[in-house]
Amino acid sequence: MKKLKKILFYFFLTLSALVFVYPFYWMVISSLAPENEIANLTLLPSDFTLSSYSQMIDKIPIGKAFFNSMLVASSITIGVLVFGSMIGYALSRLEFKGRDLIFYIIIFTMTLPFQITLIPQYIIMVKFGWIDTYLALIVPYFINALGIIMFRQYFKSLPQSLLDAARLDGCGELQIIFKILWPNSIPALVTIGIITFMASWNEVLWPLIVIRDESLMTMPQLVTLFAVGGRAESQLGVKLASAVMLALPIIIAYLFFQKYFIQSMASTGIKE
Amino acid sequence: MMKNKRKILPYLLVSPYIIHFMLFVAFPVIFSIVLTFHKWNIIAPMEFTGFANYIRLFKDKTFLQSILNTLLFLIIHIPLQIVVALFLAEILNQKLKFKGFFRAAFFLPVIVSGVVVTILWQQLYGFDTGLLNRLLIKVGLAKIGWLTDPNIAMTSIAVMATWKNVGLYIVLFLVGLQTVPPHYYEAADLEGASKMQKFFKITLPMINPTIFMVVILSTIGGFSLFIEPYVMTGGGPLNSTISAVLYIYKQGFFYYHMGYSATLGLFFALIILTVVFVQKKFVERDT
Repeated sequence: MKKLKKILFYFFLTLSALVFVYPFYWMVISSLAPENEIANLTLLPSDFTLSSYSQMIDKIPIGKAFFNSMLVASSITIGVLVFGSMIGYALSRLEFKGRDLIFYIIIFTMTLPFQITLIPQYIIMVKFGWIDTYLALIVPYFINALGIIMFRQYFKSLPQSLLDAARLDGCGELQIIFKILWPNSIPALVTIGIITFMASWNEVLWPLIVIRDESLMTMPQLVTLFAVGGRAESQLGVKLASAVMLALPIIIAYLFFQKYFIQSMASTGIKE
Repeated sequence: MMKNKRKILPYLLVSPYIIHFMLFVAFPVIFSIVLTFHKWNIIAPMEFTGFANYIRLFKDKTFLQSILNTLLFLIIHIPLQIVVALFLAEILNQKLKFKGFFRAAFFLPVIVSGVVVTILWQQLYGFDTGLLNRLLIKVGLAKIGWLTDPNIAMTSIAVMATWKNVGLYIVLFLVGLQTVPPHYYEAADLEGASKMQKFFKITLPMINPTIFMVVILSTIGGFSLFIEPYVMTGGGPLNSTISAVLYIYKQGFFYYHMGYSATLGLFFALIILTVVFVQKKFVERDT
């Protein structure tokens, strides 16, 4: 009886796992199948071909978009880690007037829906002359409220003796943050780094608003416009090939660092 | 000198936040309120129009529909998500092999861009050659207009969104389930409680905080529904899938009605804040 139940569990779990994984498998083989077979494809095409990919590369600058996405997501991640730890450090380890006020403002901004600020932020970008520049994609994301709060939490948990010893050695505050606290905060850095990188890699609404020049588009934006606009010319394979290109980098990273991805994402939920 | 430096230093460290807050939060909020009283297409000078935008908003049937669509999405998506996530988390919470593998499989759609998921499901939902309809025909049923029938399209999008996000909530529920002390179940076993009784009398009350968290997280996420209808249906058929954010985006960046779009954004944000506030009140009352 017990054994039967176990087998049932495994059967059910495998079935559910297939529901989540099979569509991705289908997407990949369809992008590699001859166009006329996609409509009836379920397991394997009669022949593998890269023609969907070569057609897509002819139509859109996917390589440049990959570069743009990498540049934007990495810059934002570095910015969030640097600024987040500076601000988190001040809020957790230094005494100054207005500290609590700033902390409450940060908490408050986290509850503010982005729908209010979307249009004015776009107008600021226009006034700055940042439309169609990397600056518009990167600078507004340098400060991340969740990142600051998480650094503050983590720095609070580190022992005071660490800071005292560094001060005795004559370290400046910046040295304390980056030479003393950082090596002792690897879990926080990894968590905030992964969340930030993923969020910026997948962001699509903001790029759609501030970038019109195709050579500056990030991957999700380019793929979205390719899928929505008529340029894929209703060729499924080409559309799916562009989606595979967009998914692949994150999936590869996920295969290697799966545990960290899950822990990081889950911890943002738990903090709320 | 030394003392002064120590005093200024904290402010230097937090100054990037203050600049960012002024520029990207405080100013936009104030400016968006100013905008609601103006007509502006960015190029021509701003034109003061009093309450015209607000009057237009209350007569705008498409906006009302976009809000109702978003609410319909939430009403289907949230309960479905909780039931599926809790069910799979319960099964994963047993002594099983390959637990990590299953968890990773359920989590896969969470990390992938919404654009990818949407393009993929657009094919699965296809009317003539989509995988789902092919399956229906195989078992002898009629084809369904997943994205072409106005009565079904929003449900299809909500199902897809559940498929995309449920992995995250499975993990959150797993964490929640682990906080239930095992001796509660042991005591219930001694009393001869059934599986169902244990679930409803012990598990559910104990993981209530996680359920509320999931509700609030997916409410905020659901209110920002945009890319799925944008890519999949463009808001159609018959505006049945146009979401509030998609409509605000269209007003602002298709028609360049900056003043009106800002009015819609402000009004919709107030709805979001109200809904989340009421949900939080419920949590405080119940816990």
